Amino acid sequence: MSNTTLEVLTSDRQFVTARIAGKLFGLPIEAVHEVFSPEGITLVPLSPSEIEGVLNLRGRIVTMINLRRVLGLEDRSEETRMAIGLEDRNETFGLIIDEVGEVLTLDTGAHEPPPSNLDKRWADIVSGVHRLSGELLLILDVKRVLGGIATAEAA
Amino acid sequence: MDDLLSEFLTETNENLDVADSELVKFEQDPNNAEILNNIFRLVHTIKGTCGFIGLPRLATLTHAAETLMDRFREGMAVTPEAVSLVLTTIDRVKEILAAIEANEGQEPEGSDEDLISQLETLAAGGTLVDDPFDDLALQEEPAAEPEVAETAEAEPEEELDELERLFRETEVEPPKPMPPLATARADAEAKPVPAAEPKPAPVAEAKPAAAKEQAEPAAKAARAAAAAGAEEHHQAQSNVSSQSIRVSVETLENLMTTVSELVLTRNQLMEIARRSEDADYKVSLQRLTTVTGELQEAVMRTRMQPIGNAWQKLPRIVRDLARELGKTIELEMTGADTELDRQVLDLIKDPLTHMIRNSADHGLEMPADRRAKGKSEKGMIRLSAYHEGGHIVIEIADDGRGLDIERIKAKAIENGLTTEADVAKLTDAQIYRFIFAAGFSTAAKVTSVSGRGVGMDVVRSNIELIGGSVEVRSKPGEGSTFLIKIPLTLAIVPALIVAAAGERFAIPQLSVVELVRIQANSEHTIERLKGANVLRLRDKLLPIFPLADLLNVGRQTETNLEDSFIAVIQVGSQTFGIVVDAVFHTEEIVVKPMTSRLRHISMFSGSTILGDGRVIMIIDPNGIAQSAATTIDVGQANAAAQTEAANDDEAEAVSLLLFRAGTKEPKAVPLSLITRLEEIEHDRIEHSNGQAMVQYRGTLIPLVFAHESTKEREEGTFPVLIFSDDNRSAGLVVDEIVDIVEDHLDVQLPSEEPGALGAAIIHGQATAVLDVGHFLSIAFKDWFARSKEASTAPRGELVLVDDSTFFRNLIKPVLEGVGYDVKGFAAAADAIEYLRSGTDVDVVVSDIDMPEIDGFEFAEVIRGELGHRDLPIIAVSGGTCTPQSLERARAAGFTDYIAKFDRAGLIAALTEFDRHVRGEAA
Repeated sequence: MSNTTLEVLTSDRQFVTARIAGKLFGLPIEAVHEVFSPEGITLVPLSPSEIEGVLNLRGRIVTMINLRRVLGLEDRSEETRMAIGLEDRNETFGLIIDEVGEVLTLDTGAHEPPPSNLDKRWADIVSGVHRLSGELLLILDVKRVLGGIATAEAA
Repeated sequence: MDDLLSEFLTETNENLDVADSELVKFEQDPNNAEILNNIFRLVHTIKGTCGFIGLPRLATLTHAAETLMDRFREGMAVTPEAVSLVLTTIDRVKEILAAIEANEGQEPEGSDEDLISQLETLAAGGTLVDDPFDDLALQEEPAAEPEVAETAEAEPEEELDELERLFRETEVEPPKPMPPLATARADAEAKPVPAAEPKPAPVAEAKPAAAKEQAEPAAKAARAAAAAGAEEHHQAQSNVSSQSIRVSVETLENLMTTVSELVLTRNQLMEIARRSEDADYKVSLQRLTTVTGELQEAVMRTRMQPIGNAWQKLPRIVRDLARELGKTIELEMTGADTELDRQVLDLIKDPLTHMIRNSADHGLEMPADRRAKGKSEKGMIRLSAYHEGGHIVIEIADDGRGLDIERIKAKAIENGLTTEADVAKLTDAQIYRFIFAAGFSTAAKVTSVSGRGVGMDVVRSNIELIGGSVEVRSKPGEGSTFLIKIPLTLAIVPALIVAAAGERFAIPQLSVVELVRIQANSEHTIERLKGANVLRLRDKLLPIFPLADLLNVGRQTETNLEDSFIAVIQVGSQTFGIVVDAVFHTEEIVVKPMTSRLRHISMFSGSTILGDGRVIMIIDPNGIAQSAATTIDVGQANAAAQTEAANDDEAEAVSLLLFRAGTKEPKAVPLSLITRLEEIEHDRIEHSNGQAMVQYRGTLIPLVFAHESTKEREEGTFPVLIFSDDNRSAGLVVDEIVDIVEDHLDVQLPSEEPGALGAAIIHGQATAVLDVGHFLSIAFKDWFARSKEASTAPRGELVLVDDSTFFRNLIKPVLEGVGYDVKGFAAAADAIEYLRSGTDVDVVVSDIDMPEIDGFEFAEVIRGELGHRDLPIIAVSGGTCTPQSLERARAAGFTDYIAKFDRAGLIAALTEFDRHVRGEAA
């Protein structure tokens, strides 16, 4: 994976974990600006379906991306949800997930490429898989999550 | 690139722009010593700084230009040729500067020998080959030219400079003028290195004058004194500029963002205060509000620049254009000090330049043509700017030939923007708008200036991008005017907060013309024309669009439409209404750009945070206008909408169009018969053979006046009801459209008057119901006859049964038109009697709802008792065409079932039977 080669120098990296539909995902800690509870989301008519809306986070307008929709999963509306704040070229985005887990330090050398039979929507944004004891952690490529929305717009 | 150099580049570019426009002024007013001094000073400064920074190529070039300028100061005649040369030199300097910027401070390779030698030739009093003007000028004013100037060479001039420089070096410098930073530094660093000493801006020209006198002839003394006066004037100005500092745009932008945040926070506090009773808190908040307001205004002011900054290059452009095109053009500029946000200013610079070019090239005629038309040979372009409300209006007016509407039409059709048919119904303003379409150019030939068909569309989109609009007005032979309306600033705008489908949205107040409240029984009502909704607002029909539909959210039900608000929006010459559920208040909103992922949604121009902390979308009126179709097509609505219309005189309501013609009381026509409503200007009405006509959708259609008095009106526009049938149209000209009502059509009194079916009470008022057929037969003396001929042959006898006289009268001419011999009956019993008599009837058309014997019963009698098994019987019903009713009609023996107002359908059905019958016979 080309984007992991950049970080080869230090093999230990920290990942913020997030759970979506029972699956565990990891985001590189450098990419994560904050974790917040997505409240007061304003729907944006005519927007791509992955974009749930926008919200005001301490005076900044944050574009909220529903990761369940990106992954082709059903919305879960009732239960409490969380959001992970990301920055991309001076714009703030929020990834809506089910719940946030602990921060894990993982050896990037142990990353494996995602299985070739992974659903395309998943494979598009998962850069690797890490075997934890008991379950798999899917490494999210934040740039590709945000980039995927941009290309959806161009199409 | 080091700071000094970038400072120099910015500053020099500014100076050059000033020099550009000053030179053009100077050309027109060669005796104005002050302008000359200004230019000289600018060139001088550039030369000096170049030498200092180490740009020898620039220094040499500007030096040559300066030498020539100095000759002018000495009194040499100013020729257009010389000015052109200096302007070319300035262009060269700009090129070099641009290259320096691109090359990180390195001067580009190349030689300016061509320009320098020309400059020197002129400075030496010579003329450039092939310019006859110069000789002339020299002959005209030989006295004005001091002998010194003629003999002076570049060499002594340089010595002079040297002298001046040495002189200055020993002087204590007076306060520095304009480029404060550069010259100050120049002075500080220059002294130890005299060879590289730049010419500091010649502030104290008067002082060295004394020294100069030693080397120069006494003739210069008087000029020096004059220069001194000018210098003093300049000094006063430069003192002002030395009190200002350069601040990077980025700093201002950051400041603006911070203030925007402050405004938002203030708004949030105010929201809290509304719920709080704490008086102390409220007082402090009040103070905060005031201060925030002041701060906001002050910061906005730092971003404000006079619009003249965007105009600086224009005189030069116009001058060059005029020479190139062989025209004489005067550019008059007023309101150059009108200020607007620099962000906006940057965005309108290019569109403005383009429009000025257009006016000069397309707008103004050649001098000979102007003379022939009795105009002054000199064409005028007036550029003006002024504040109006929260925005700035920029007008570009020329006194040229005006837009050629016929050519625009032809071009629009050629480019596929419209069709022959549609163009006829467009207003002039709408046709003019085509010039803003992409790839549109009416210039007969492509000149180097314009005619390439790129530009006006870019102009429009640039202007609309910043929430502005552009409009054209034009009068043939008198010129055209472009009106650009742009907001003062883009950062904070007043907006109307509205709600639709449970969400709030902001509509920039700039484009909201008015708000209309719609309630059941209110004076403004909404008409449904097929799928489209139309608001009748005073004398206008406005297309309206529910915001929820535009944004594809929620489901706007009809009941909502009955109790809602309509924001009437104007974008350019388009006016339309946006239906919203509620209107809250207006608020100064801080426009935040849409995230890049959502910027493609044209309906929104940005987002903002409201006082309560919620983010809402800002509606982009331009985006809405683009998606909103403007044509109101009544005709399309007929077939579908009118099936509900009445047949029974007593019970059912019919949509009626009320209008006035001649008399005071209204007249009515069933709306279903009308294909369209049009406004036709008096001038468009033509006469042929005593018949009034109008060009409509590419064909001539006859016009009939509903009343004699209407015919006598000499001007203005007439509402015209268009009736169409079988690809033919005719127009009924009336005085005024009054209303569209739903009422029972109960013709109570038969009318003696030709053209009227009778009088009915409509909305409590006696109203004459017009017989459209009568007017149509006047319009087309052969309206029915012709179609009779057109149809292959007489189709035989048709029995028409309908208890409503009105509809019988209505349908009868139509049926006769296609070749039937129509026998009309008001009651089924009479028709049965007639059929029983053994006549050879070919087809029966019958109403369903009739007293005594109804349609179903009638059909059963025909099939059963009378034994006409194959006789086609067509039901025409005012009721809705439900599967049940269709079923029942089939069972009763009807061959077909057609909605009463569907004349086309009826004729199609009849033609079908006719063909069938003939086919069998053959």
